[in-house]
Amino acid sequence: MVARLKQIACGLIGWIDARFPMTKWWNEHLAQYYAPKNFNFWYFFGSLALLVLVNQILTGIFLTMNYKPSEADAFASVEYIMRDVSWGWLVRYMHSVGASLFFVVIYLHMFRGLIYGSYKNPRELLWLFGMVIYLLLMAEAFMGYLLPWGQMSFWGAQVIINLFGAIPFGIGDALTVWIRGDFAVGDPTLNRFFALHVAAIPLLLVALVFFHIIALHEVGSNNPDGIEIKKNKGPDGIPLDGIPFHPYYTVKDIFGTGMFLILFALIVFFAPEMTGKFLEPDNFVAADAMVTPEHIAPLWYFAPFYAILRAVPDKLMGVMAMGGAIGVMFLLPWLDRSKVRSIRYRGPLTKIAVTLFVISFLVLGALGTMPAGDVETWIARICSVIYFGFFLLMPIYTSIENTLPEPDRVTMK
Amino acid sequence: MSKAIRKFLLSMIAPALLLVSGGVSASGASVDVHVDIDLGNQAALQRGARTFVNYCVSCHSAKYMRYSRMAEDIGLNEELVEANMLFTGRKVTDHMLVAFDPEDAKRWLGQAPPDLTLVARSRGPDWIYAYLTSFHRDADRPWGVNNPILPGTTMPAVLSGLQGEQEMDADGHLHSVTEGELSEAEFNDLVKDLVSFLVYIGEPAKLVRGSLGVKVILFLMVFTFLAYLLKREYWKDVH
Repeated sequence: MVARLKQIACGLIGWIDARFPMTKWWNEHLAQYYAPKNFNFWYFFGSLALLVLVNQILTGIFLTMNYKPSEADAFASVEYIMRDVSWGWLVRYMHSVGASLFFVVIYLHMFRGLIYGSYKNPRELLWLFGMVIYLLLMAEAFMGYLLPWGQMSFWGAQVIINLFGAIPFGIGDALTVWIRGDFAVGDPTLNRFFALHVAAIPLLLVALVFFHIIALHEVGSNNPDGIEIKKNKGPDGIPLDGIPFHPYYTVKDIFGTGMFLILFALIVFFAPEMTGKFLEPDNFVAADAMVTPEHIAPLWYFAPFYAILRAVPDKLMGVMAMGGAIGVMFLLPWLDRSKVRSIRYRGPLTKIAVTLFVISFLVLGALGTMPAGDVETWIARICSVIYFGFFLLMPIYTSIENTLPEPDRVTMK
Repeated sequence: MSKAIRKFLLSMIAPALLLVSGGVSASGASVDVHVDIDLGNQAALQRGARTFVNYCVSCHSAKYMRYSRMAEDIGLNEELVEANMLFTGRKVTDHMLVAFDPEDAKRWLGQAPPDLTLVARSRGPDWIYAYLTSFHRDADRPWGVNNPILPGTTMPAVLSGLQGEQEMDADGHLHSVTEGELSEAEFNDLVKDLVSFLVYIGEPAKLVRGSLGVKVILFLMVFTFLAYLLKREYWKDVH
């Protein structure tokens, strides 16, 4: 009986394989994809980003079933989800907390790439795909935040769209009207943001994530030592320091998933507003074009860039600085001239630069959510200079410092 | 200068605070009082509901909240709610709406009284408590009262019959000038129960999400422990 079932199963797989590369893909991307064996804590965040993406898509589908994208109904439909839809509150919190944790995971994932030089040759395109994903994610989050149609949704969108108005030669004002579909944020804006949030951008995101993974598997994973495991292959052609992704990293990532879900559940069930950081108090007031909130703050994940914007006295220059702060990250593979990839074998200049960069990014993030006084503005200016200095001086400090010798084989520490 | 340094230090530790702090009030407004809300106290929620229906709902709606949901959640009998809490012609499954036209309210009060379903989420419980206990005489205002928590408020002192009237001295301190039906402690308890009720209607799921969360996290801890053992078993041969 068992033998017969086995025969049928094998027959079925053979039947599919003759028509679709199922086993081939399984082997190429999981069972015979050899990843370095020395992945550490930082390597959890790639698979976790995928997990959060799936969470956002699934919870998003269920929210879409009950949400109404109209000026008159949007706010009430969210409260309907929170009260009258079975488990609606849980689905909504999983989506809103998921959005913030998406950025936590993505920032840590990008930081991993930064410290281990994962963007360097031959992984430049992998980094660029990742940067496009990050841009799309920001657009997705920004448009999604308009949908609850609270005061912060409305005024946040108003402020950000008005930034395009800084573009001179009469282009800016025309552009803002074109984006909004009206002279102020209103029903047409909500409708198009909904369409982009639930269809256009998610489709692009999934496509880009696919390209990101294909590019990764083409060049192979980097690792904390920043050395190529493909340089040392056994007689069977398998890298000596490589282990098959499945089962080794699938079981490891299941453990990482569990740890992440505990943190996720702690927030969803015990602090879904995260003291006003994930869901702002003012967003529990329905959008009102007649009442401007006292303090319009972006959500925390945009805050560093918002702080850079405000640090520049001129509006157009501020918008350009904000755009430049994101744009400069695209150039990272060509700004870094170091002979080694990993921070483990770099000199003190890079280590100091990375430390200053992290501090400035965190401080900018904190400042971006606060009202800007004189002191805050000056701190933001200093941090903005450090932020840009980290990138723009990189060709200098990475080429003049002495690096340490890299090991031949990966180290397990 | 020391203020500047303090601000700078605050801005440095803010991201860390973001991750560790869970108990800080979500409210943007800051007030001096703090009120501890216990949503497990069903009797308090029922007393709060009674005060809300008797004193608030004639002007303020709670338009996202249904009477039937409230009855079920805080242990009230639907027939009792229908008999004692509803205006004529309303069904127990209706939302908590006001009896009169908002346009009339605007004419009488200068502005329509805000909906209160989510006020505990936007203002925070401490703010509401401070607001409701801080009305004082002010001859310059249309209703003869003002409030330091929301200066120039257009709301009359609806609870002054219970609290008694207050005056504010030059230092901004409030003191009682007439006796109300309740003692100070009784009145404060009444307001606290009302605030508890507002916290509940702001987020009815709050009654269940904590206990569900404990179960989910216990499950995840067992799952993660088993996942760890599985990982360790597989990785035995990786050196």
